[in-house]
Amino acid sequence: MQEVNWIALTIFVLLFGFITWLGFAAARWRKGDLDLLHEWGLGGRRFGTVITWFLVGGDVYTAYTFIAIPALAFGQGAVAFFAVPYTIIIYPLMFLIFRRLWNVCSKHGYITAGDFVKGRFDNRWLALAVTITGIVATMPYIALQLVGLQVVIGALGISGTGLMADLPLFIAFVILAAFTYSSGLRAPASIAIVKDILIYITAIAAVIVIPYELGGFGKIFSSVPAQKLLLAVPGPNTTGSYSGYATLALGSALALFLYPHSLTGILSASSGKVIRRNAAMLPGYTFMLGLLALFGFFVIASGVDKLPEYAAGFKHFGNNFAVPALLLHSFPAWFAGVAFAAIGIGALVPAAIMSIAAANLYTRNIHREFINKNPTDKQESQVAKLTSLIVKVGALIFILFVPTQYAVQLQLLGGIWIIQTLPSVMLGAYTRWFNSWALLAGWAVGTFAGTWMAIAVKLTNTYPLHVGDHTFPGYSAVYSVILNLLVAVVLTPVFNAMAANKNRVDQTVAADYQA
Amino acid sequence: MNNTGKKRAGWSWWYLLFVIQFAVALWPPLYNRAEPYLFGIPFFYWFQLLWVIVSAVFTAIVYFAVEE
Repeated sequence: MQEVNWIALTIFVLLFGFITWLGFAAARWRKGDLDLLHEWGLGGRRFGTVITWFLVGGDVYTAYTFIAIPALAFGQGAVAFFAVPYTIIIYPLMFLIFRRLWNVCSKHGYITAGDFVKGRFDNRWLALAVTITGIVATMPYIALQLVGLQVVIGALGISGTGLMADLPLFIAFVILAAFTYSSGLRAPASIAIVKDILIYITAIAAVIVIPYELGGFGKIFSSVPAQKLLLAVPGPNTTGSYSGYATLALGSALALFLYPHSLTGILSASSGKVIRRNAAMLPGYTFMLGLLALFGFFVIASGVDKLPEYAAGFKHFGNNFAVPALLLHSFPAWFAGVAFAAIGIGALVPAAIMSIAAANLYTRNIHREFINKNPTDKQESQVAKLTSLIVKVGALIFILFVPTQYAVQLQLLGGIWIIQTLPSVMLGAYTRWFNSWALLAGWAVGTFAGTWMAIAVKLTNTYPLHVGDHTFPGYSAVYSVILNLLVAVVLTPVFNAMAANKNRVDQTVAADYQA
Repeated sequence: MNNTGKKRAGWSWWYLLFVIQFAVALWPPLYNRAEPYLFGIPFFYWFQLLWVIVSAVFTAIVYFAVEE
């Protein structure tokens, strides 16, 4: 590993110190009683348009995104740009579906998807399935954020042996855990603002400075090998990379807002109007993400992967080291420190929101439903705070003791699992036509089939679906959720005929979904 | 026909803009080409970035149309 970069490290530590202070100070911001779960876990549902923009931005565009998407472009080329159509199509979904969910959740005091499903379908087992899926899918996602942090810490030149090697990650983790515990969702909301300012500064500077240093975009793209520059044109009898690209974008988009942390970000908004406004404003981030994906090509053009001083980093972190190496190579040390702090803080924000979301789920839909049915407000928020700690310790242990590759693969499976809650949550926002047991059966079949598909292709993204002599390679999440829906549709009349849904009451009425 | 301009949350014809937004973004044959270049950037990349902006404008149009 290279020498410790003292200037970059100093800037990094200073900025981390600042956000630590901010995280604790956030408890007093728009002050509320943090012994109430919706105050701790949803910031009192008081965030306006601007804060929601930063918070949802922090959810969607995480440190791991900033590291992994350019790394994918560097390694595999054009396919990495699927992140752009993916983040184009999430916003109409947000505009149409999630404003309805916001309305009904705020009217009934729902904090999680599990709360909504329980109220809508009156089936605690379906709610439990949604809850467990949410928690299990979120865990590896938190772990991946810590991977992003690990990469920038490594790039600062900090290395050691044994426990010393993990000390910086451990310190960052303690900071994260402490301010989340004390301030709840207000902490990541305030830190997200700092994170985004730093990320924007970094992205804009890099997009101007690096192409200039490398002799312009024309030169950069001419150094990209032809097979990486565009998607491979499909051969006969297959939709090839085209269906892979499109389903990857579609499946990722559908999965995104089903993740508990996205819903937490959305439900903390102060009105449905804030959600709709944000749907029009959030594409600002998508544009930046597209620019960041191009960093992968900057890496190819600059040839930093072949420089001896970064060889150890690439060896240790693989292609995930591409962006840090590029930043170290192209910028003075102090600016590299700013950029690394942006990525590092960009890891803490989503990790905090994710752990809060998982804690809300456990507290509301497992603890309150099955263990202590009548907690006081204080007990309820206490359980949530403790759960958020446990979730984070779990993610830390995972990252320290399990190879990174497993976290990546589990996160891939997590996307397949979380999309199986689509019929209950997204379609549930529109209709109660489905029988709740049919939804549960669809969920089980989809989860099983999706997992099987992913394992059949050795935990890569696209499954080659054969129909006759045609092949349709596509994202397993999309295929499995279609199967899930078919099962739910077919079984609904069957279970209704068996009267399996008798006496189940819908707490919500049509008007609850309107503003 | 009733006045559909009333503030009600059913279908609005403005949502067709979302359909266009989806269809273009999810149809790679449309943009999977290098020519024409723009400032040295292949079509595949600049078109999708441009589509981000177009989509944001569409969403803003729908917002103002439906909100009225």
